[in-house]
Amino acid sequence: MIFRDLLALALSFALAVPALAQDPPPQAEIANWTMDNGLEVVVIPDHRAPIVTHMVWYKVGSADEEPGKSGIAHFLEHLMFKGTERHPAGELDRVVNELGGSHNAFTTTDVTAYMQTIPPEALATMMDFEADRMGGLVLTPEIIGAERDVVIEERRQRTESNPQGLLGEEVTATLFQNHPYRIPTIGWMHEMEQLNTEDATAFYKRYYAPNNAVLVVAGDVDPETVRTLAEASYGKVPRGPDLPPRVRPSEPEHNTARTITLTDPRVGLPAFSHAWVVPSYRTAEPGEAEALDLLSEILGGGTRSRFYQEIVVKTGIAAGAGAGYSGGAYDPSAFTIYGAPQGEHTLAEVEAAVDEQLERLIKDGITAKELDSAKMRYVRSLIFARDEQASMANIYGSKLANGGSVEDITEWPDRIRAVTPEQVQAVAAKYLDPSIAVTSYLLPAEQEASTP
Amino acid sequence: MMFARALRPIFFVFAALLLTAPAHAVVEFQEITSSKGVDAWLVEDYSVPIITIRFAFEGGATQDPAGKEGLADLITALFDEGAGDLDSETFQIRLDDAGAEMAFGSDLDAVYGSMRMLADQRDEAFGLLKLAIQEPRFDQDPINRMRAQLVTGIVAAAKNPRTAAQKLWAQTIYGDHLYARPAEGTAETLAAITADDLRAFHRAVFARENLHVGIVGAIDAETAKGVLDDLFGALPEKPDLKPVPDVPLALGKDLAVEYPLPQTTIYMAYPGVERSDPQFLAAYLMTQILGGDSMLSRLNEEVREKRGLSYGAGANLLNLKHANALVIGTSTNADRAGETLGVIKDVVAEMAENGPTEQELAAAKKYVIGSYALNELGSSSAIANTMVGLQLRDMGADYITERDAMIEAVTVADVKAAAEELLGTKPTTMLLGPAAPAAPPVVPKE
Repeated sequence: MIFRDLLALALSFALAVPALAQDPPPQAEIANWTMDNGLEVVVIPDHRAPIVTHMVWYKVGSADEEPGKSGIAHFLEHLMFKGTERHPAGELDRVVNELGGSHNAFTTTDVTAYMQTIPPEALATMMDFEADRMGGLVLTPEIIGAERDVVIEERRQRTESNPQGLLGEEVTATLFQNHPYRIPTIGWMHEMEQLNTEDATAFYKRYYAPNNAVLVVAGDVDPETVRTLAEASYGKVPRGPDLPPRVRPSEPEHNTARTITLTDPRVGLPAFSHAWVVPSYRTAEPGEAEALDLLSEILGGGTRSRFYQEIVVKTGIAAGAGAGYSGGAYDPSAFTIYGAPQGEHTLAEVEAAVDEQLERLIKDGITAKELDSAKMRYVRSLIFARDEQASMANIYGSKLANGGSVEDITEWPDRIRAVTPEQVQAVAAKYLDPSIAVTSYLLPAEQEASTP
Repeated sequence: MMFARALRPIFFVFAALLLTAPAHAVVEFQEITSSKGVDAWLVEDYSVPIITIRFAFEGGATQDPAGKEGLADLITALFDEGAGDLDSETFQIRLDDAGAEMAFGSDLDAVYGSMRMLADQRDEAFGLLKLAIQEPRFDQDPINRMRAQLVTGIVAAAKNPRTAAQKLWAQTIYGDHLYARPAEGTAETLAAITADDLRAFHRAVFARENLHVGIVGAIDAETAKGVLDDLFGALPEKPDLKPVPDVPLALGKDLAVEYPLPQTTIYMAYPGVERSDPQFLAAYLMTQILGGDSMLSRLNEEVREKRGLSYGAGANLLNLKHANALVIGTSTNADRAGETLGVIKDVVAEMAENGPTEQELAAAKKYVIGSYALNELGSSSAIANTMVGLQLRDMGADYITERDAMIEAVTVADVKAAAEELLGTKPTTMLLGPAAPAAPPVVPKE
């Protein structure tokens, strides 16, 4: 939350979730256990430098909000920096800064997470702060007023100041007809304006407890030290009441194609997208989420993808085209394809070309060679991810906070390797049905004569 | 392109924000020289089986010929589009098969390249990088494709009021200096660039005297020296760069770009200070206290925390090779833009007049010392980036060991002097947003 908190603008973690490829030397053992009060702990040792990433993930996000209270999960994330009886507002920031460390927080549709990066000797202090605000937050109407203005300015800055932000919000609100993923994580303005102390306190009391959280520690520390420090801090926070099963309203069958158009004078280049609701890793049939990941890579994952090679390079119709899949979400989530025209080409030509590529893939499938290359790029990215301690903490934290396990991550490369060309073709045919796509158009205000 | 970026996995985003650092740097920069005389800094680290190389050639967009602005941008889009005997497609397939990621980029003052590879596929990866550096092809098809993409980017941004604001800002503060030119060029200047222009730029800029290299990862010094000879040994000794003068910023101007936006963005530029200036660290610490990374910097405390006027307000020192500034920025509720500007001016005036407190300076020193490793040395790519950055600023490899003592030596009086000098001047201010409401009538004093 500090300057730029990481409110998820996409639905949730687009990240499917990595682990390490098994080929290179194995990483130090990952430890994982659950404390008596229900707090799940994962430790990812990385002894390259005296650095530790400490994160607490709460299994609550904007999709868990009561109707009419949109934005409360993210607003509470901001308020979590307003102090407790033991540690007044600003003390955490001061302590972290004097260590040369950094701290932040973010909210998505499914999780709310708080993190610090600090030298290892400060881990106990950070755990003390974090355990303290797990139950000891003090909220007053005075605090709430100024901070509500801050999140309102955040909404203006992130969403309302750019046409892409506004359109993205409308696409999501249209794609999901019943699931609360349709509501923006930052909240609708008219509801944000009404959020108050009671709303924040009720949300906090309901969801912030050790048995609804995951502690992730990555870096220059061993699991036994973490165990000792965690018992001395988090171990003293009492277990909260059991939460009911996390069941959100689910999507009805989708039977229609829907279209959203946003026209704005600030738009210089038109663009379109198609989106569908597809299963996430947690909800998919075995192998389907892995196949969707590879499908997005093969269709539109970079310069070797079909969209880029066929539409950008060979025909030159598009300036850019791609695909995305947010398989890390708790509930079924979105698969998106998109593009924008090049030069004198029209948006309609790009859309037709993208659709044609999708049709072709559904009809003729993919080659073993392009599947192998896509798998190799995935597995390689996991090795590169090991260079970034915070990436590893995020990979594990998001998986565990969304109902997954450490094994889901360690076994993931093998599950990716096992995907067949037929499976990729099958998920494309099953889920990316043009007759139920949600299509968006971002258009310039007036169609001018082409520029000289 | 821009859309892909928004959909990229979020964890890469916060990876960048979070990379941590030790309170005491343990990284050691080895200075190595290859048998052909190519210098580099190296950090050996075998804990992850990857190698990262980053390098810079001084001479960026300022070297674009007049009327061919955007050339540095265009050329950096073409190094993975064919080299040696390999056409664009073959080169990219080989790169993908080699398990390597290659990137080139440029700013006003330099052209940068980097590659990240798996250690066991080192030879193939470096082989491709060598071709890209020494024998880029600049085939017409990729030139046309990349030029068209750059033009599309310009068209896409053309109607955004921020584009007009940035242009006005650059032209105002840099006047007729090369820095005022749009680094991305225009449709017309990009259209004027030929393959021969690209070759001429490559010949002029890709030389050994203006080259800086950092290597990090699973590679020893002897092997790294061989790589340096291979990659850079055949380049000419001296570059052929156009001289670029230093530019004093035009300050004291009031600018406005009116557009019906929900927020007003405020930009302010004060005089800056060169990195080599003895006053630099005092100015740096002052800027940190004024509007640095802490949530409780003076600006953020007054603008955000106390009044809820904005999502954040901050200050930064901007150091280009030929220009320096202290810049302040925020985005605020348009209806309260006048109030926000007033708060910022008060905070600045207070700092200029009284400087920081002992306590503030002590806290800022701790942060600036501790966070260096955190921000600059937290991963292979961060380390490689830092090594090249230090070399570009003529710093020695021992800088990271001497830096702490230099920071500790700064006194409150030093910081106060820096504050007076930089903040005592009327800044250039630009407001982007809806037209300001009419000023309230002036009531004559009795």
